Amino acid sequence: MEFGEIVSVLLQGAVVTIKIVAMALPLAAAMAFIFGLMRLYGGFPLKQLAVVYIEFFRGTSALIQLYWIYFVLPLFGLSIDAMTAGVIALGLNIGAYGTEVVRGAISSVPKGQFEASVALNFTPSQSLRRIILPQALVGMIPPFGNLAIELVKATSLVSLITIADLTFKAKSLADMTLQVGEIFGVVLLLYFVIAQCLALCFRYLEKRLSKGLGRGGVK
Amino acid sequence: MSSHPIIEFKNVSKRFGDTSIFNDFNFSVKENEIVSIIGPSGSGKSTLLRILMTLEGIDGGYINVNGESLWHMPWNGSYVPASNKHLHKMRDHLGMVFQHFNLFPHMTVKRNITEAPMRVKGLSRSEAEKNAEDLLELVGLADKADSYPNDLSGGQKQRVGIARALAMRPSILLLDEITSALDPELVDEVLDVIRNLAKEQRFTMLLVTHEMYFAREVSDRVCFFDQGRIVEEGAPEDIFTSPKEERTKAFLNAYLN
Repeated sequence: MEFGEIVSVLLQGAVVTIKIVAMALPLAAAMAFIFGLMRLYGGFPLKQLAVVYIEFFRGTSALIQLYWIYFVLPLFGLSIDAMTAGVIALGLNIGAYGTEVVRGAISSVPKGQFEASVALNFTPSQSLRRIILPQALVGMIPPFGNLAIELVKATSLVSLITIADLTFKAKSLADMTLQVGEIFGVVLLLYFVIAQCLALCFRYLEKRLSKGLGRGGVK
Repeated sequence: MSSHPIIEFKNVSKRFGDTSIFNDFNFSVKENEIVSIIGPSGSGKSTLLRILMTLEGIDGGYINVNGESLWHMPWNGSYVPASNKHLHKMRDHLGMVFQHFNLFPHMTVKRNITEAPMRVKGLSRSEAEKNAEDLLELVGLADKADSYPNDLSGGQKQRVGIARALAMRPSILLLDEITSALDPELVDEVLDVIRNLAKEQRFTMLLVTHEMYFAREVSDRVCFFDQGRIVEEGAPEDIFTSPKEERTKAFLNAYLN
């Protein structure tokens, strides 16, 4: 097979991979914030729920979580198409790690900031939105960037539930043509490029958010 | 000066774990009075201010602010622990300036001062900004409105801290060791602001300080604290020139010589 053809087939797979990342990333971020805030500020039952979520999704294999959602849930009458299953599994999995990032970053905002918010009579939700989160976000960005890259790499798991992502295409091409060198070389490069683009976005975000904070780059 | 007590502690007790900070503590401040609290570290001076600012709860007794119970509220004919709503209402009387400034680093100086008046008191942006300009003028930082806190010196930061607290127009201003974190040469620019405020006597001020000469100069009354008790209190002249208690003498000697 010609090199140009290989690349064009692999690019189709890369588009699917990027699609999954684009959908799973917001889900992961939402889960991270919802459960991170629940873990910090929720009453006893909410806190426990958050702990169960975090420990379950961090403590079990992402592949098995994916199999559960795609192969096992239908046995209970809950059928989900492969794409949705992949996005949900990856979003929940990476979100569980993100929860700890959110919690850690909020906890690292100096106590004096919370006290000043009380003294100025902000309500707890105002203080969280206007004072605490804008400062905590800066600290969340680098670890979130790491998780986003973890997510990109984890998307290869969805090839095992019939989704024609980058890994899936590579494997089928390799089986067909046996040109493993070129194929997996290009695949490596494509994953790397996707990850680098994300890393760049996160670095830009970090710069934007750190305005005035005197850390993480430009003022 | 009216004689109506604006702050009243009645039999207040406060513990941190096994350590008792206050036990059966009584204290009051009159409206528009300026009271300095001096004493060794760990004597409960800052805790007193933090309790008033509702940053620390109490374990017993009652506190009245402006004739209303701070940590309790009337309910079915008796008093119950205050709800968040009640605390929110009571905080309206109080403002605090912190030892470590606690400015919001992600906001410009101007926004540090306008944010709470706009979000909490519902002032329009133009009103809040007009106020902020006046306050920055008052503390001598009119040219720093658009700077970020991290670009200011310690003394400038603390003057912004004072402006930020004043922007909420509290009737009681709590000043918690506001010069302790400053380099010596920056202390005076901050104290000058307080001197000017004190002259006007428009509100009640409660200040915890280690600046003895300053306390003597601005206060109507000085209280010497030790181990959660007021060992001695009185007019600044009396406390500083002829203290009666041995403990006060020893403390002032160590500080002034």
